[in-house]
Amino acid sequence: MTEPIIQARQVEKYYAQSRDARIQVIAPTDLAIFPGEIVALLGPSGSGKSTLLRMLSGLSRPTGGSVLWHGRDLSSTEINVSIVFQSFALFPWLTVLENVEAPLKARGMEAHARYRRSLRILDTVGLDGFEAAYPKELSGGMRQRVGFARALVVEPEVLFMDEPFSALDVLTADNLRSELLELWQKKTIPTQAIFLVTHNIEEAVLLADRIIVLGRNPGHVRTDFKVALTHPRERKNAAFTALVDYIYKVLTRPDVAPAEMPVLEDGRRVRDQRQMRYEMLPHARPGGIAGLLELIIDLGGRTDIYRLADELAFEIDDLFPIVEAAQLLGFLKVEEGDAVITPEGKTYAESEILKQKELFRKAAVDHVLLLRQITRALANKSDHSVSEEFFLDLLDEQFSDEECANQLSTAINWGRYAELFDWDDARRRFIYHEHEGEEAPVPAPEQAG
Amino acid sequence: MRPRLTLSRALVAERTWPFFIDVSVAAALLAGFYAILWIAKFWFSSAIPEVEIYRSPSHLPLYAFYSLVRIFVAYALSLLFAVAYGYTAAYNKRLESLMIAVLDILQSIPVLSFLPGVMLAMMSLFPSRQLGIEFGAILLIFTGEVWNMAFSFYTSLKSIPRELMEACTINRFSRWQRLFQLELPFGAIGLIWNSIVSVANGWFFLMVCEMFPVGSRNFRLPGLGSYLQTAASNGDFVAVTWGLLTMVLIIVLADQVLWRPLIAWSDKFKFENVESSNRVTSPVLDALRNSRVVGVINRYTFRPLVERVYRDLAQRRRNKKPRSERKEASKVTTAIYLVVAAVALVAIGILAFHAVLLLKDIHRREFLSLLGGAGLTFARVNAALLIGSLWTIPVGVAIGFNPRLSHIAQPVAQIAASFPATALFPLILVALMRLGLGLGIGSVALMLLAAQWYILFNVIAGAQAIPSDLREVSALFRFRDVQRWTTVILPGIFPFLITGLITASGGAWNASIVAEYFHLKGQTLATLGLGAQISLASDQANYPVLLAATMIMALMVVTINRLVWRPLYHLAETKYRLD
Ligand SMILES: Nc1ncnc2c1ncn2[C@@H]1O[C@H](COP(=O)(O)OP(=O)(O)OP(=O)(O)O)[C@@H](O)[C@H]1O
Ligand SMILES: [Mg+2]
Repeated sequence: MTEPIIQARQVEKYYAQSRDARIQVIAPTDLAIFPGEIVALLGPSGSGKSTLLRMLSGLSRPTGGSVLWHGRDLSSTEINVSIVFQSFALFPWLTVLENVEAPLKARGMEAHARYRRSLRILDTVGLDGFEAAYPKELSGGMRQRVGFARALVVEPEVLFMDEPFSALDVLTADNLRSELLELWQKKTIPTQAIFLVTHNIEEAVLLADRIIVLGRNPGHVRTDFKVALTHPRERKNAAFTALVDYIYKVLTRPDVAPAEMPVLEDGRRVRDQRQMRYEMLPHARPGGIAGLLELIIDLGGRTDIYRLADELAFEIDDLFPIVEAAQLLGFLKVEEGDAVITPEGKTYAESEILKQKELFRKAAVDHVLLLRQITRALANKSDHSVSEEFFLDLLDEQFSDEECANQLSTAINWGRYAELFDWDDARRRFIYHEHEGEEAPVPAPEQAG
Repeated sequence: MRPRLTLSRALVAERTWPFFIDVSVAAALLAGFYAILWIAKFWFSSAIPEVEIYRSPSHLPLYAFYSLVRIFVAYALSLLFAVAYGYTAAYNKRLESLMIAVLDILQSIPVLSFLPGVMLAMMSLFPSRQLGIEFGAILLIFTGEVWNMAFSFYTSLKSIPRELMEACTINRFSRWQRLFQLELPFGAIGLIWNSIVSVANGWFFLMVCEMFPVGSRNFRLPGLGSYLQTAASNGDFVAVTWGLLTMVLIIVLADQVLWRPLIAWSDKFKFENVESSNRVTSPVLDALRNSRVVGVINRYTFRPLVERVYRDLAQRRRNKKPRSERKEASKVTTAIYLVVAAVALVAIGILAFHAVLLLKDIHRREFLSLLGGAGLTFARVNAALLIGSLWTIPVGVAIGFNPRLSHIAQPVAQIAASFPATALFPLILVALMRLGLGLGIGSVALMLLAAQWYILFNVIAGAQAIPSDLREVSALFRFRDVQRWTTVILPGIFPFLITGLITASGGAWNASIVAEYFHLKGQTLATLGLGAQISLASDQANYPVLLAATMIMALMVVTINRLVWRPLYHLAETKYRLD
């Protein structure tokens, strides 16, 4: 995986409603924009799409959380982004050329170079010969072309668009959309990523590599998935309509959790991107988890965590990782400061040792992405062994070096206990673990190496 | 004229702010009044050189030139100040309410009350007496011109669409680039129309400022105003006619050479993204646009300069510290603000207290007579507004509904409105005298002269704003005249009428000071009224009474604004909105 260009961490936004009341428009949200992708943001009116776009582009500061630009705080770095607005936001008193030149002027570019660059971009968006016209003399579609030219002339790394096609008629919008896509795919423009806010589901599925659907009151991510359809996309295509239907269902049923993701024709299921993030593994031993669960069962299945720490004469900081681990595996829930055992947790704690391992194995694969990836990789590799390096590289992007090592050691610990894999400490490799009465799977296409 | 942008002083009615701000502004004004008097005390009453004003028409070109220079300097100062003031008020959250309250109150107080004090103070500040009077006059004209422009610019800034601002931010415009490419163009139309009103106001005050007595002394500046006054008080009507002709010439020239080209040019700043059909044309502008010389000058001086400025600005920003470091500084700024505010408050408190002490010299009887005068002037102002509405509503609606008529009548009315009523006063007074009418009624006529245009232009704009389908409906259903007026026309023009009346009422109050008290042919004509009392007190250098009378007038204007106009305006904006 590559580094995100823009990363929002737990951003939230409040607006003052009256003198002393404020309203939360965006709930704490994580979101990242990666190079090479077109991200479409969908959501009902007033769900905070524009607000989110403004925070990601640095136009407005989040009330809480932070936005990073290549890993550094957005507000203290020079960023290179542009916005295309629904209302075009052109200066009516400037000619088309002057409008396009304005951002370059702001950057102090020399007059001649500025002129040449502007003419070239006007040519690119098909406005050749309109330099001297004023925006009010142009049709809506032409005006938005000026909007695109003004946004692209600075060669932005990320191009933001807030409903750029909504004010245009259907045909014009279609034209402009496909021209934009062509510029993007042929890499005529050096833009690294596009973030598109839209109301139009089909537009999102036509253009986007990734779609995020926002829910309302306060704004939160309801689903976030990749669109793996190849271009050019056909509206009549079954996979296309399946996706549109799915998004439509998500949008129209705000009260229920998003439905099962559709399966595409190649048999792969669309996956929620948020599930693709590595959970932070708490550094707890499997034995400790079982011990904690037994204690809680003795206390009637529910207990205050601080009281428990007191009774055991534990430091609360020592107890927390164990509680979190149990929670991550679905054995515990935390409600109002009380740890409550789940049915799965109860079964687990009350089973004999072999059964426990099996239950742990299942919970770990279900809930821990890293463990799931390790087992899949081992099952698919012809020699059934994978080096540590491979996973360190994957983790690297999300955690510090030290934490990567810690995460991996916890994962090894859990995996060995659950007999998910074996660990060769000398060669620092994961080895496939053969369960009794089961043959090692043969990887489908034999490959040397 | 242009709809309601023109009279943006009325737009203050849209806003409300806490009462204590009003009180502080009032205190600050009292303090200012006292400070002016205090400075004026340093003027040792050595004889002032009384400039002789010649009545021969051959002196007129020079006098006209002097007056023009005064008007121009005052206007240039007003424009700069208005832009700076509007900008600060719009972007400084801490100062916004205070600055708008100051605007509201300053445009409600009678400028002319400050005439004697300001003149004396300026003379003690400047080494040369003549220069002192000169600056005093310019300062007063400035005060009469600046507020509506400042408010117009402030309102424009506040109504800039959010996305345009964001386009500037995302494209890293510097503040200067934003000012020149967004804010000034966006505010240009409002500023231009308000400039026309302001300059007309400037002439109104100039006529009075150029020549007036304080106590036994006569202050005179050579100029068109002093020429007209001298001619009138000598009963030389040939000279008066020459003076008025010169005035007409200046107004017409200004209209053709300055305002029309500006209005035509400002058409490109219209924000509506549609081409409008009836626009002002100006041959002067066309000539300028097609002129080679202008193009060449532009290419070799203006453009390279602009390029340099933009490069420097971009350079400067690159060297600037990142934002996080500057956050520390904002705490310091807050502290400085607080200290300055505290010092200012204490100074204001002390000075205001002294000013109030002045008032204790006033007799109860005098005070009651001031109140009586206030009542009379109030009645006259309302009479003037009523008469004004009676003729302007039908005429304005007729002009507004008839494009052909409006094509002819609008420019004429615009020129008529630019003509300073004060220049006509002497002539009209003589005419009234011949008819045997006293100044009691005559002053109503004079106020009407000063105030009626505001109503007329707004009614025209209101009538033009009534959608034609509404008028077609009334024709379709064969509404009778009464019904047409009560269901379509009056409600349609109501918001505009209110705006016009607010402005006209302010103008009428201000005019009362010159209208109720007049020197003509060596004698003083006066009628009972607050305006006359202010003029008399200023003539006699009776500062306690001047202060009391001014306060009463300002209080009445502000109170009427708050209790009558603001609710009416609110009603107009909510119930009678047509868009
Ligand atoms: N400056 C502001 N002050 C107060 N509330 C605001 C402000 N801007 C937006 N809001 C509120 O925040 C909420 C989200 O607004 P936002 O414009 O982000 O929604 P959106 O999803 O873009 O809607 P739409 O689809 O209509 O463009 C809305 O309820 C809006 O009223
Ligand atoms: Mg929006």
